[in-house]
Amino acid sequence: MDQLTRDLASVLAAAAPLIFATMGALICERAGVINLSLDGTILMGAMAGFSLALAVNSVPLGFVTAALVGACFALVLCFLSLSLGQSQTAVGFVLALLGTELSSFLGAPVVRVPGPSVPFMPIPILSEIPIIGVMLFRHDLLIYASFLLVPLTWWFLFRTRSGLTLRALGERPEAAFARGINVTRWRYMACIVGGMLVGIAGAAYSLDLKQGWSYRHTFGMGWIALAIVIFGGWRPWRVALGCYLFAALEILALRSQGTLRTIPTQVFQVAPFVLMILVLALVNLIASPTMRRRIASLPKPLQSPVAAIVNRIAAPAPAALGKPFERP
Amino acid sequence: MNKIGSLLSPPPWTPRLWQIMLLPSPFILALLGALGITTLVMLIAGVSPLAVYQILFFGAFSTPVRFGDMVMLATPLILCASGLTLTFAAGLYNLGVEGQVVLGAIAAMIPLRLFPELPTPLLWTLSLSCAACGGACWALLAASLRLGARVSEIFAGLGLNFLASGLALYLILGPWRRSGAAAASGTALLPRDIWLPTLEGLRLAPLAPIIALLGLGLVWWVLSRTRWGLEVRAVGINPNAADRLGVAATWRIAQAMAGCGALAGIAGGLQIIAVFHQLIPNISSGVGLLGLLVVLLVLARPVWVLPVSIIFASFTVGSVQLPLALGVDSSIAGVLQGALVLSALLARGVRRERAQRI
Repeated sequence: MDQLTRDLASVLAAAAPLIFATMGALICERAGVINLSLDGTILMGAMAGFSLALAVNSVPLGFVTAALVGACFALVLCFLSLSLGQSQTAVGFVLALLGTELSSFLGAPVVRVPGPSVPFMPIPILSEIPIIGVMLFRHDLLIYASFLLVPLTWWFLFRTRSGLTLRALGERPEAAFARGINVTRWRYMACIVGGMLVGIAGAAYSLDLKQGWSYRHTFGMGWIALAIVIFGGWRPWRVALGCYLFAALEILALRSQGTLRTIPTQVFQVAPFVLMILVLALVNLIASPTMRRRIASLPKPLQSPVAAIVNRIAAPAPAALGKPFERP
Repeated sequence: MNKIGSLLSPPPWTPRLWQIMLLPSPFILALLGALGITTLVMLIAGVSPLAVYQILFFGAFSTPVRFGDMVMLATPLILCASGLTLTFAAGLYNLGVEGQVVLGAIAAMIPLRLFPELPTPLLWTLSLSCAACGGACWALLAASLRLGARVSEIFAGLGLNFLASGLALYLILGPWRRSGAAAASGTALLPRDIWLPTLEGLRLAPLAPIIALLGLGLVWWVLSRTRWGLEVRAVGINPNAADRLGVAATWRIAQAMAGCGALAGIAGGLQIIAVFHQLIPNISSGVGLLGLLVVLLVLARPVWVLPVSIIFASFTVGSVQLPLALGVDSSIAGVLQGALVLSALLARGVRRERAQRI
């Protein structure tokens, strides 16, 4: 029981950087911009955050730097795709590769150098509660922030006027434009805020969960974060669930290494990635037009409950995602 | 600008020849932008840009051995880039190309392990055919995920990349393990007599670049001279319109993916029989993603694939000497390659803006 609680606590902690990255990507994609540069941005955020925190011996400044680096990457993406009309996919992909190489080059002097990290900070009274206390309240500030970020993103997107505007940009930018909204400026802002969160996700690795810096320190996490956003159907709670599931799989792989010696560890490391794609395929299949036709041919009393379930599972992408906006 | 406005405005300004010469063309702008970014990065890292550039640009041509290495790196790059030209023409971002290279390498190993005593030309043909099939199958898997389950080919490809590298690792550590030391570094070396023959004293196997050039030529011919190529390009521009005009868009997408997978697979097979002579975990050496950069830079025009691949390969081979010669990390080559593509996108965007203003 104790072991299980501690494992669950480590799942909640391991998911923290993914929460930051996916919420950043979510905000950006809800505004209709696909940010494929996540992987490079996370690496650059991790490298820059760690380097600066090491140089000035200040963890908060490390996070600020990481956020600024993330904002810069988002700004480049926005400028090239929104202002200069280049393909968002192409720019994002190039930035992902460029960020990867740039982090390797600039981070070479700090490889495997021990550095500062976020201090452990259990919350005084709450952490004494038997099971929940261990799970939720014996972490550090960053992980508490990740707990708050999901409801905050949800509240912003679905309960505020600005959130409504932002979602309109992703669904029908023409309509938002007709209401007097400056589509390009709003998309810039959404992307930059999202990019900051993604940068912080990088620093969350190098300053907290995978302390230090090494060659391709967070390799592949950016791509996984993008896949989780799709898996979560662009809805904050489901995206968060995806993050925790992924972290649970990782912890599970780590734990079963000892018991299942015949299977090489590397196979375990790729398993979550593959599972993610399979789930993606399954969700999309459930949401396909063929499936809708099948539902329509079901007996009447079954139709609406089944359709409701399918609608809950399936979640369409923002209609204008990745499409350039031309002023009418 | 509206019609009346354009009638009232003065006639367009016609530049003189010297003014045209001074106006930065997109090409010059891209090159300057890339050099600017890379120089800035080197100054931040505190290294001397001139010394680094000298090695990056000319390092690959300094000795015959290095030149041979450059050709052997350009070979899979050309194959991947020509395959990706096909998928780009069909409007796809085939990020799964890395996995297709790995699967090609794995498939190429099968006949080499099963029938090493066959006559070598037959064995090589068999091995490369297997490699092409392996790569094509992997690409078709991504294509069917996209066409059947509507998973974007970007994510399907990425997932399959991870799966392919997991498979390669499993084979290296499991069934194909080297006898004696269980090493994650690779399988046992193949017998020397089934290596693709190399030039005296070099690691350059002349057959490999010839195969790559044939592949590139084939892609150029197919895309620009056949009805199939025209249909693929039509699908790339507008799949729905192409479908209405009687082009089977689904089939063309699947075929373009399979073609790309086959070429990437051959690249993987050549990595086995001409470069590494064993299966190693990093068998693709990132050549697929580099190929994507090449194709983005040349806008999927097959004619430009050859020179740009050679230039990119020479940067990478040149950069290998950097850590020893100057104590500089070799990833600066990747920074330069990425910066080139980024500033090419920038230059294209600037030109597009200008065209809209006029």
